[in-house]
Amino acid sequence: MQELDDTDKTFETKELTISLGPQHPATHGVLRLVLHLNGETVVKCTPYVGYLHRGVEKLGENRTYFAALPLSDRLDYISSMNNNVGYVNAVEKLFGIEAPARAKFIRTIVAEMGRLSSHIIWLGTHVLDIGATTPFLHAMAAREKILDLFEILCGARLTVSYPRVGGVRNDISQQFLDELYDFVLDFPSKMDDYETLVTENRIWKDRTVDIGVISREEAINWGLTGGTLRGSGVDYDVRKYAPYDAYDQVEFDVPVGKKGDCYDRYLVRVEEMRQANRIIKQCVEKLPAGAVMADAPKFTLPPKDMILKDMEHLIHQFILITKGPSVAEGEVYVGTEVPKGELGFYFVSDGTGKPYRMRVRAPSFVHASVMPRLCEGGLIADVIANIGTIDIVLGECDR
Amino acid sequence: MQPIAIAENIKDRFPEEVLDIREFREQVSVTLKKGRIVDICRYLHDDPSLYMDFLVDLCGLDYKGKKENRFAVLYNLYSVEHRHRIMLKAEVEESEPSIDSVISVWRGVDWHERECFDMFGIVFKGHPDLRRILLPEDWEGHPLRKDYPLKGPGPDMEWKGFTDVLDRAKRYKEFDWYQK
Repeated sequence: MQELDDTDKTFETKELTISLGPQHPATHGVLRLVLHLNGETVVKCTPYVGYLHRGVEKLGENRTYFAALPLSDRLDYISSMNNNVGYVNAVEKLFGIEAPARAKFIRTIVAEMGRLSSHIIWLGTHVLDIGATTPFLHAMAAREKILDLFEILCGARLTVSYPRVGGVRNDISQQFLDELYDFVLDFPSKMDDYETLVTENRIWKDRTVDIGVISREEAINWGLTGGTLRGSGVDYDVRKYAPYDAYDQVEFDVPVGKKGDCYDRYLVRVEEMRQANRIIKQCVEKLPAGAVMADAPKFTLPPKDMILKDMEHLIHQFILITKGPSVAEGEVYVGTEVPKGELGFYFVSDGTGKPYRMRVRAPSFVHASVMPRLCEGGLIADVIANIGTIDIVLGECDR
Repeated sequence: MQPIAIAENIKDRFPEEVLDIREFREQVSVTLKKGRIVDICRYLHDDPSLYMDFLVDLCGLDYKGKKENRFAVLYNLYSVEHRHRIMLKAEVEESEPSIDSVISVWRGVDWHERECFDMFGIVFKGHPDLRRILLPEDWEGHPLRKDYPLKGPGPDMEWKGFTDVLDRAKRYKEFDWYQK
């Protein structure tokens, strides 16, 4: 009888603190969230980052502009091509040189391929976190095709370092172009398949509609970029409003959402994938002929066959590799649109071959900081949806 | 608006605060005194013709031995509506490395200021939660300062968390996992 009496008493709840991550598979890396829970409601959310801090900015200051390029691969390791493109664009702006037209088109192609592969993996993992396994398997198969194409292009699949300051490392082959074009023609039907599985799925909509809502003004004030910002209805895309590479010569739309919830951000990114496909198709069709490295001997490495034949070129290459080029004193900031948002490189040059200060403006860092704003007041299950929807990679966040 | 016009606008409005205006590759940076940084940011954010609603980036700079004031804090501002950009640089002296926080203007500056404090030791007055962010809480020194060695403080000054892990690994090695 004593036990029955106990159950009649009012049920006392107390605030529970749990640590989500850093090893939790749904945190997409080593993000740790300390959640204070009242029942199932999140009262307070505190993110902890830095588990993957490698000091990229400090390392960059101690390397020449050429040698720091592979560091940018390791920022957002699932779309390293886009980071390389961002890095070389910033360095080119600092040097005051411009890549030839063919190199610009090739860079646009590979950057959009990187965007596709990153968005595909985002789609797969985001829906996997929420409980759908099938799209993940299909998504990984499509991503594999893009990685194979990267392998044909430059030999590497993940850390590519393919774009170079002043152009790209090597010209693309006919085999690459043929296989890419086949992929591009086939891709819209694949997108239709994914969307059939997800977009109108009732469970999916229950889990994402009106979850993690952030208004237009607030999204800008928090400094969000990329799909996370456009989901809130802000028409801001670096590719459109400060075009780099060949983005001013292709047609594409910038999709924007209405409400700013998880579902809108999903729709925006899915449409972005279709647009990326459209950009690649146009670039392949318009691809101009010509050189793939800029004719700027003071800032770009001489061609390999000339180094082996000619003494002057050998000396020139030696100086560029050991000392680095002599750069005008000044500072530049160049932002590029990577799959996660706006990736910016800020360089301060003091006239030597190494940057005096290299700063990486990482979109994931800002997006991780908005987690408390999105999660507090919601349910603990929505925390997982929110982590998926802001699309962070911790390698970039921690740098 | 052209970036140089924005710089002139700031100079007209706050003549005593502006120290220098520089243009390099069509990008303009305005060097400021740190005293009224919040007022200047508030003005840039609220003025309808400027409307710098988006703080792209905030980072620290260390000009050790190059400039009179050792540190600087860089504010990279952009207007989503007008699509123009300006960079502000507030000078911070070495003797008192602190500056007012602009978190009241842009909420997203939170982690940028924490990172700047972590890496340079610049204190942001008025920041609600100024802790280290990328490095452990008990880390000593500020790595992005120019006098911090690239390979760390040295073998006998390792971070305590690291030596603890080494000790633990040693103890576990001695433990007999397969005892009968």
